[in-house]
Amino acid sequence: MSSSILRRIRIVFSTLVFIFFVLAFIDFKSLIPSNFINTLLYLQFIPSVIKFFDLKTLAAGGFLIVILLTFITGRTYCSFLCPLGIGQDLNSRIGGRIKKKFRRYGFKKPFTILRYTILAATLIVTIVWGIYMITLLDPYSIYGRSMTYFVKPVVILINNFLAGIFGKFDLYTLSNVPLKGFPLIVYSIPAAFFLLVGGLSLTKGRLYCNMICPVGTFLGLISKISIFRIKFNETACTRCGRCAMRCKSSCIDFLKADVDITRCVSCFNCIHTCQDKAITYGIVSFKKKVHETDESRRKVIVGSLLLLLGMSRNANGQDKKAPKPKKESTVKENKTSPVCPPGGVGIADFNKDCIACSICINACPNGVLQPAYRQYGLTGMMQPVMDYHKSFCTYNCTKCTEICPTNALHPLLLEAKKLTQIGKAKFIKDNCIVKTEKTACGACSESCPTKACHMIPYEGNLVIPEVTEDICIGCGHCEFACPASPYKAIFVDGNLMHVAAKKPENVQSEIKTPVEFPF
Amino acid sequence: MKRRDFLRTSVGGGLAAGAVLKMGGFDKLWSSKAVSAAAKYDMVAVMGGNPDAMFDLGIQELGGMSAFVQKGQKVLIKPNIGWDVIPDLAANTNPLLVKRIIEHCFKAGAKEVYVFDHTCDNWVNCYKNSGIEKLAKSAGAKVVPGNSESYYQQIEIPGGVKLQKAKVHQLLLETDVFINVPVLKDHNSTKMTCCLKNNMGLVWDRGYWHSNDLNQCIADFALFEKKPALNVIDCYNVMVKHGPQGVSKEDIVSMKTQILTADWVAGDAAAAKMLGVAVDKIEYIPIAHKMGLGNMNLDSLNIKRIKM
Repeated sequence: MSSSILRRIRIVFSTLVFIFFVLAFIDFKSLIPSNFINTLLYLQFIPSVIKFFDLKTLAAGGFLIVILLTFITGRTYCSFLCPLGIGQDLNSRIGGRIKKKFRRYGFKKPFTILRYTILAATLIVTIVWGIYMITLLDPYSIYGRSMTYFVKPVVILINNFLAGIFGKFDLYTLSNVPLKGFPLIVYSIPAAFFLLVGGLSLTKGRLYCNMICPVGTFLGLISKISIFRIKFNETACTRCGRCAMRCKSSCIDFLKADVDITRCVSCFNCIHTCQDKAITYGIVSFKKKVHETDESRRKVIVGSLLLLLGMSRNANGQDKKAPKPKKESTVKENKTSPVCPPGGVGIADFNKDCIACSICINACPNGVLQPAYRQYGLTGMMQPVMDYHKSFCTYNCTKCTEICPTNALHPLLLEAKKLTQIGKAKFIKDNCIVKTEKTACGACSESCPTKACHMIPYEGNLVIPEVTEDICIGCGHCEFACPASPYKAIFVDGNLMHVAAKKPENVQSEIKTPVEFPF
Repeated sequence: MKRRDFLRTSVGGGLAAGAVLKMGGFDKLWSSKAVSAAAKYDMVAVMGGNPDAMFDLGIQELGGMSAFVQKGQKVLIKPNIGWDVIPDLAANTNPLLVKRIIEHCFKAGAKEVYVFDHTCDNWVNCYKNSGIEKLAKSAGAKVVPGNSESYYQQIEIPGGVKLQKAKVHQLLLETDVFINVPVLKDHNSTKMTCCLKNNMGLVWDRGYWHSNDLNQCIADFALFEKKPALNVIDCYNVMVKHGPQGVSKEDIVSMKTQILTADWVAGDAAAAKMLGVAVDKIEYIPIAHKMGLGNMNLDSLNIKRIKM
């Protein structure tokens, strides 16, 4: 096929995919059902690979479809399905509007050593140490974090602005959404990648995809033997170079009438731009190619790799965060372990499968899922952790477990979630208002959905909390509600392994239905 | 000071009381004075029917909704929507009752009826699963969020012992008539939640109340100038233990009762009897009584009791 219809299909398809991905990540009202989002995420390469190795079932084999697709069509995934790729294309367009020069690409030599080293390093680090490099470099996760950290807050601000205006007219279809930021430090990595990918795509097209992205490099390897690819009709070609100028991947060497198929993302811009109809997309015919190496570049790569490996050695750290002291409560909460979200099975198990794509952080209707900074150690940075100072885990909700694309959070039925103990509430009597102020409180027990936290007689008419740990599920509503400050009088200590909580027992009240007014 | 008492004194004692009230809105007070005088009872209690039918009867005994709501007025109905549970578990006000009250308000000529609560659980789920959002909207009310501090405005409570300032939902300030519709429940700490404690859903910072003598704060807030024209206490299904959230249906006793009164201290005293708790054990009731915010001595009140 040589007509520009291919390009048009690509643009329409990728636009739809992109719109959907934007909506999925800014959906702060949970309007999109989880299974809809799951379908979309099924074909995301890295999440699917991780889910596959976690579950060992073909049902999670979206990535196999992507590989097959690449075998047949080349790196169409990068142009049609990757939200970061599509986002970069969009950004390149904007770049072209700003400065025409930004959209004139021309052929560049491939960063062969760099990209294959990154791919190899990612593989090795992931197999030997864990998921850290994937977390950093996976395009879907980078996209997810960019949306979560930078785009969604803007959407919420706009929503709140409109909600304010609507409110003046007595309309409440939009409601104000309190905007709570994350700890500053966790913005560092998303910000770095947002600027890197954004900057590169604005001025240089698909450079991230062809220099750094391990998924792009891997699919590029497969596309070496792909069946369909961009081809030149050398007799028709006038060597005008328009195609090379329009190639976002800078992979067309028009003088040699050659396309570097490992970098071509099948955007079909070249076909569209070729006035001689010399470029087509069709079944392969092979051609020889020579590779070159660069020593100094190699050194840089090794250096940066060591840096990354050094990072991955940091072990699990503790929550060192201490709220600004006022004067009231005195006993520090002794949190031995962070609380990882329900469905995580256990902290170690969760940490090894989570790529910090942040979709659960977006989906959580209560905003209790927050990106970790040191709770899981440096390597678990940006993975979601339960932050009970910000919010609590709402009892009737399984959203995060439904939406996780890598199965780091296993799907839980509501009944199971209500009995999944992710941590245990610990009561610190010396911080409790009832003891320190000698006045009634009970905010913790009031909030407790299982009444693991309940009140027992104290001095005089007063009652004071007590925790029955085996029916506590660690939802953190007690910790959130506790008014003691700076240290809470009740807090949830995370379970290293999630366990089944006992079902709360209840007996029918002895109070009878009245037949007469008691007054 | 109860509005009716205030009116009585001002009628009897001339303009002296006028100086007490710094705020505007005198005309509103006078207009409701005429109706209050028409009401024969301090309290109406109904037993044995469905929430909506009991309200129909009860409000009729108080002279109909037009005794409380004038044509063109804006009404705030404040139910308890604090928890993400279904209506049968009675942690929230019965949605049928809320709906019926809204209908009566519109029939009396209300221009607009608003419903909101500052919930404890996730507000979207509370509004939805309580059944209140749907039925209130079907009756034509505006269901307003209370989830963000931006909806709350700072007010002063002169004379408050522990609570002198609070941030209240702007609707409380902007509406003409406030109808308090609590559900009677056991409460883990204060022993009972009903009329006065329902106010905690009007304010933003509940934590302050909890850490600064909860019982005193509950009484203090009742000093605030905007008081309910009517309290409708939902005792249809009553959570008698594990309150205020409840664990399961074993916590619920069907009482099929409703109490209507303009005096929220009296309402709370009657509710305590329903729950089988001595009135003086619920600390904020005697405190509020002593502060002159209402009358907890039910014997001195004119109560109409109706069985359906």
